[in-house]
Order: sequence, then structure tokens, then C-alpha cells
Amino acid sequence: MIEVKSLTRYYGSHPAVTDVSFTIADNEIVGILGLNGAGKSTILKVLAGLLMPTAGEVCIDGVDMLDASDSFRKQIGFLPEEPPLYVEMTVNDYLCWVGEVKGLSKAQVEDRLLEVVQLCQLESVADQVIDTLSHGFRKRVGIAQAIIHNPKFVILDEPISGLDPAQIVEIRQVITGLKAQCTVMISSHILSEVSQTCDRILVLHDGRIVAQGSEAELSDQLAATQHVEVTVKGDKLAFDNHLSTQEFIAGHKLTDCRPPYASAEVTLVDDNREALASTLVHSGFGIRSIQAGSSELEATFLSLTQTTPTRDTGGEA
Amino acid sequence: MRGILLVARRDFSAYFNSIWGYVVMAFLLVVNGLLFNTIAMGQSARPSTQVLEQFFYISFGTTVIAAVLITMRLLAEERQQGTQALLDSCPLSDRQIILGKYLSAMGFLSVITIASVYMPALIFINGKVSIGHIIAGYTGLLMVGSATVAIGTFGSSVARNQLEAAAVSGFVLILMLVMWQLARLTDAPFTDLFSQMSLYDKHFQPFQRGRINLSDVTFYLSTTFLFLTMSIRFIEPRRWR
Repeated sequence: MIEVKSLTRYYGSHPAVTDVSFTIADNEIVGILGLNGAGKSTILKVLAGLLMPTAGEVCIDGVDMLDASDSFRKQIGFLPEEPPLYVEMTVNDYLCWVGEVKGLSKAQVEDRLLEVVQLCQLESVADQVIDTLSHGFRKRVGIAQAIIHNPKFVILDEPISGLDPAQIVEIRQVITGLKAQCTVMISSHILSEVSQTCDRILVLHDGRIVAQGSEAELSDQLAATQHVEVTVKGDKLAFDNHLSTQEFIAGHKLTDCRPPYASAEVTLVDDNREALASTLVHSGFGIRSIQAGSSELEATFLSLTQTTPTRDTGGEA
Repeated sequence: MRGILLVARRDFSAYFNSIWGYVVMAFLLVVNGLLFNTIAMGQSARPSTQVLEQFFYISFGTTVIAAVLITMRLLAEERQQGTQALLDSCPLSDRQIILGKYLSAMGFLSVITIASVYMPALIFINGKVSIGHIIAGYTGLLMVGSATVAIGTFGSSVARNQLEAAAVSGFVLILMLVMWQLARLTDAPFTDLFSQMSLYDKHFQPFQRGRINLSDVTFYLSTTFLFLTMSIRFIEPRRWR
């Protein structure tokens, strides 16, 4: 089990992550979701041993990373957003070297290599120089280096960024296949990816966890809200001001629209679509459309990261 | 020790798996050969010992340049290419990383140095020089190589990219090369201090003339130790920054 207790990390005087706590059970796939700059990569780097926490604890099976950093790192596999590859090496040579550096003997590496190459679907390029591989294959080699030493905990930072749809499906299969062997943590700002791959989601905003649970649990947390997209004919600023003053609107965000029209994504408290329509008409706005907003998880994510105050840890969103 | 050797093995083979290693090796051997032909051999007949001394003088310069070119990539390249994250997430200590990097660069520099042995061999066959003089000269070159590679490793550990690394190590090396000039311009006790710190003047000339002094060996090994320790100390706090 991985336990993170009151993790705080500062860069100089700037707090990147503040008082973050969570636990991950064995063989669970957990997604960490947040906008750019939310603190996802900082948390992953701390978990991978690349950064030390300013305060708080990170433990694997009760062992603190500060007490036994070497044995801690042996139990972790890490894929940064850009795979750390020595491009002049062949895939096999690279994986063997990483395995040895991570503490396996030569015989152990040879035993493990075939398994990892098969799991990551690298058979066709195993003897190829990494420099000649496509972006998708490089990501797979990156995942292979993260799991070559049979770690307990695998951390994947944006594993599908920059991949085409076919490659995304392939990488998703690889990640799902990891669940049988280890615990996995994935960071992403792609909502569909997290919802399809992960058992549980941590939503991060401004360095704090603002919600956690499965997709269904997160949606339940915001059951009282309704997300709609509204387009009206009228002045953009007046529309913005009007939305800001309505008590049944939890939050809103203006979206691009050509004058004389104005659009916004609106989060309602309860299903108050009739009240919204009524107040807009009474205020002189011509309603062009009111339609259901983006997917359930996306709506949840936007609500959690846009409305104030936050709904979980009591932090500021 | 296993970690050091694993890091050294990968970095050493990287010199031979990339065009950069061959370019550096070819460039230095060609420059060394040309300078040997034009300066050491010269136009007029000279004693073999003098030619050999000139060869080691030239080789001192090419060794210093080689060290800068070889070491500029050591850690700066890892940072530039993002592979530092791999090393940092492995159960390797900073000491193992720095020593492994140093050994790989030292190994490659030794290959280049040994590849130049055909020049003193020509003098040995066609003239009258002792094997001892050749051995002493090459010991000196390896000692200089060790110290300059350690300085280069330090430059690479403090810099953000390879050009910065070359600039930092180049600056330190030039400073240590002109120490003898500073020694002339200052009074005691700085005269002795600067004189002792000179990379070439006081410490390499005995090797060049065929003598191995323990004090000179100690100087180069101490310089190596100092700059490697500084490199380790510099990269250690990065996880806390």
C-alpha cells in the first residue's frame, strides 16, 4: 500500500503542492487529474524519489522514502512525460542496462526481458536502435523501462500525450495489463483517458486534492449541480455580469462566440434550467440555445476546479 | 562499485555509438599528428629527446582540449535530454553517478591518448630515446587527463547545457594554466601558492622531461579528488531545490 500523508512541496517560496494526503491499495490504477500547473508532476516526482517533500511523508508498505531511499527507489518505476531514453542504444540493450542499474542481476534481467518486451508489445523493434523508433514505440520503451525491475509501484506521467488514436488504444492496453503485476498511478489532463483506465481518480487543483473517488462517486459528489452551455444574443459583459449575480448559478465561464452573441458554460445549483431561461429573458437577452454541457466527468472536473470554495479539503480552488 | 561500473559502461559505449566520439577522436589525433610533424619534428635535425619532449608538450595541450570536449556532455546532456530523471529514479547514489561518468570520460580519453603512441614509437625506432621517458610522459598525460576530466565533470555538473559546461570547464582550466603568470606578478606567499596550482608549468614539465615526481602525481590526483568531490556536493541538493 502507498500512503501519502500531508505532502507539501515548495519551489522556493511558491507552494506547488499543499497538504496532500491519499492512499493507494495494491494493484489499483489511480489517475491524478488536474489542469496544467495544478501540481500533478510535482506529486509524481516526489513519489518517484526525484524530489524530496518539504513536509509530509511518503511510505510504501509502511517504509518512509526518507528512511530508505535506495530500497524505496527499487520498488518504483517511473515514466516521465518525455521518456528518458538513451537513443543510441538498441531497445534490448537499453532495457537490460536499466534492469541492472535498478538492482537486478544479469540472469534476472534476461529472464524478465522477454516478459516485458511481450507485455509492452515491443517484439518487432527489440533489436532496433531507439533513435529510429516512432513516438508511440518510444512511449512503450519508456513504460518497459519503468517495469523491467518488477516494481511494486509504477508512476506514469502523461503516458498518452502526443500519441495518435491508434497508439492511445495500444498504450491503454499496456497500462491495463500492468494492473495484474503492480500498482499504477497515471497523471493526465485528458479526462476520457483517466475515466477509461483508472479505478479511482484524484482531482488536483492549485496543489490541493479537491475530490477523489471513482468516476461515479465524483459525479455523485456533484449530483446537486447541472452543467449547461448557454448562448444568448446580447452584450458579452452584461451577460457575464448577469450570470455572476444569480444565486442558483454555482459558477460559469465565458466561451468564444462572435458578437452580437455571447456563450458560457454554466454550472447550476440543482436543475434550474427553467429559472435560468426565465431570468435571461426578463433581462432582455435573446436565448439562442441552452443545452446539456460536456460529459459527466468533464463537468465534474470543471466544477471542481472552477467553483469556489472547494468541496473536499477545504482549500481554495 | 557495481553502480559506478554500470554508469561508466553505458557512457563509455555511448562515445563509440555516436558520431560525436569518433569526431572528437579523429579531430584530436589529426591535430596532434599535424603539430607533431610541424613543431616537434621541425625543419632542422634535433636530438630525439628534444623531439619527444616537444611531442609531450603538444600532447598536453590536446589532452586539455580533449577533456573539455569529452566531458561537456557528461551530465549536461542528461539534463538536456531528460535522462537525468532515469538516473535520479534509480537506486544510484550521486557519488556513483559522478564517479561512473568520470571513469567513462577518463577511459575514452585514455583510448585517444594511447592511440597517439605511434608518434613516440617512430622517435624510438628512428632515434635514441628511453622507454622510461616515454612511460613517464604518458603517465603525465594520464595524470593531466585525470585532473582535467575531473574539472570537466565539475563544469558539466554545474551547467544547464553542453555549451555552458564547456565554458565553465574551459574557464577553470585557463585559470589554472595561467597560474604561473600570476605567480610571477605576486609576492610571497601567493607566489608559491599560484605556482603550486599551475596545471602545466611546475607539475607537467618533469613528466615531459622523463621524470615522475611523487609531488606532481599527488597534485594531479588531489585536483581530481577536489573537483569530483565538488561535483558530487553540487548535484546532491538538487532533490531539495
